[in-house]
Amino acid sequence: MFLCAELPSYLWLPAQAADSAQGGAKSLALRSVSDLLRSYLTVAIFGAAAVLMAFTMFGVARVLRPQRPTPQKLIAYESGVDPVGSDWTQSQIRYYVFAVLFVLFDVEAVFIFPWATRLEVYALFGLVEMAIFIFILVLGLFYAWRKGVLRWV
Amino acid sequence: MTGALGLAYWAETSIKLGVALIVIPTAALMLGYLFLLKMMAFMQSRLGPQDVGPYGTLQLIADAVKFLQKEDIHPAAADRRVFRAAPVVVLASSFLLFVVLPTGPDAVVENLDTGIFYAMAVSSLSVLGVLMAGWASANKYALLGGLRAAGQLIAYELPLILAVMGVVIQADSLNLQEIVRAQAEGEIFGFGLIGNPFILTQFIGFLIFMISAQAELTQTPFDMPVAETELVGGFHVEYTGFRFLLFFMAEVATAFAFSALATVMFLGGWWIPGFDFDAPVLNVLGPVVMLVKILVVAFIIFWIRFTYPRLREDQLQKFAWKVLIPLSLANIVVTGIFKVVL
Repeated sequence: MFLCAELPSYLWLPAQAADSAQGGAKSLALRSVSDLLRSYLTVAIFGAAAVLMAFTMFGVARVLRPQRPTPQKLIAYESGVDPVGSDWTQSQIRYYVFAVLFVLFDVEAVFIFPWATRLEVYALFGLVEMAIFIFILVLGLFYAWRKGVLRWV
Repeated sequence: MTGALGLAYWAETSIKLGVALIVIPTAALMLGYLFLLKMMAFMQSRLGPQDVGPYGTLQLIADAVKFLQKEDIHPAAADRRVFRAAPVVVLASSFLLFVVLPTGPDAVVENLDTGIFYAMAVSSLSVLGVLMAGWASANKYALLGGLRAAGQLIAYELPLILAVMGVVIQADSLNLQEIVRAQAEGEIFGFGLIGNPFILTQFIGFLIFMISAQAELTQTPFDMPVAETELVGGFHVEYTGFRFLLFFMAEVATAFAFSALATVMFLGGWWIPGFDFDAPVLNVLGPVVMLVKILVVAFIIFWIRFTYPRLREDQLQKFAWKVLIPLSLANIVVTGIFKVVL
């Protein structure tokens, strides 16, 4: 217990007990905010665990593997031929255009998600609104299509 | 928020973390052995691994040990820090996917309200890792592969997200448990015994989701970014030893996670017809049902992988932008109309 006493109660008591330990009736809004943050704390812990796992493996590998770098070994691999020119070459612009289009539609998706969860409430009004929204975006897609942006040259 | 076990937060999270650390590598090994080694071999009239363990079951573990002993080569021209970080980013992306996957009424790591939205967001982090690997290797093959991968992943991410929208409209929630509940409590023409798995009402969405998932996983009809015959492996050309293995593990683990997502959203998840939605026994039976369904979905993914030839880069982009995205937008509107009118 002397260890636990150092920690805030929400870390070591079950959630409801922790609430009563902090002075009984807490407002619903407050509790759900703390629950929300705590569920993302789990996400952060899992992310950290993944990184930690990778680095543990690297540590194990460091003990087991040989390490004898030679200049030839460290040349970029180009099927056995010595690389010519700089390795960071210019790449085609076509990837850039697709990236811009992607941003457009990804933002659209962000708008559609909250709408999709509440469609029953918005009913016909929401449906018409979203139909107009999607129509405008489809117009944009067709414009890009007609302009030949979607053609892979 | 008190978990199913009634334990303190840190104890419960440690248990969940321990389970996840066992389940995720096991899942990757299982898919790798069953499909990548054995099924591919049988489909190509070979026997596959035979010697390590009974029926070669321990082959992948032997491979992992071999990879551990390989020299870790950083090309002299590479951007060292980014080069080293890239496989960790890809692995973390697939690891984080497992946080929201529900396998029973309480058997879930964290039942996030944003469930499916979170899953989509986290899975797209791997694009970052792939681009980092392709760029930092300072190799022309790797750069081309990384750019192709990025172009493909963003093109197919849109239909993937938009296909999910139909399910969200039907379930009225982003939460994966609520999506399972909506399927368990749904009815087909007033017949509610098997619930309403969304594959029936969202079949188009399911098809779009599976095709896009295939592309997101860079499995074969869409494996232009890692094409061995022209790019000798794409973004991971320069990787050796354990860093290479991390890419491989992440790929298979992500295949498992995407199969699980498809199961949860379209095949009814862990629910078994005839049981109450909250029946505690489902915490034990649910994971088994999930595993069976996941293996079926993963089988389809790998079956297609071993069957079809590679698409060309322009065909691949054209298919995403001119077929899948308009189709999935139409799917959203039609689903919305049915939701409001019916």
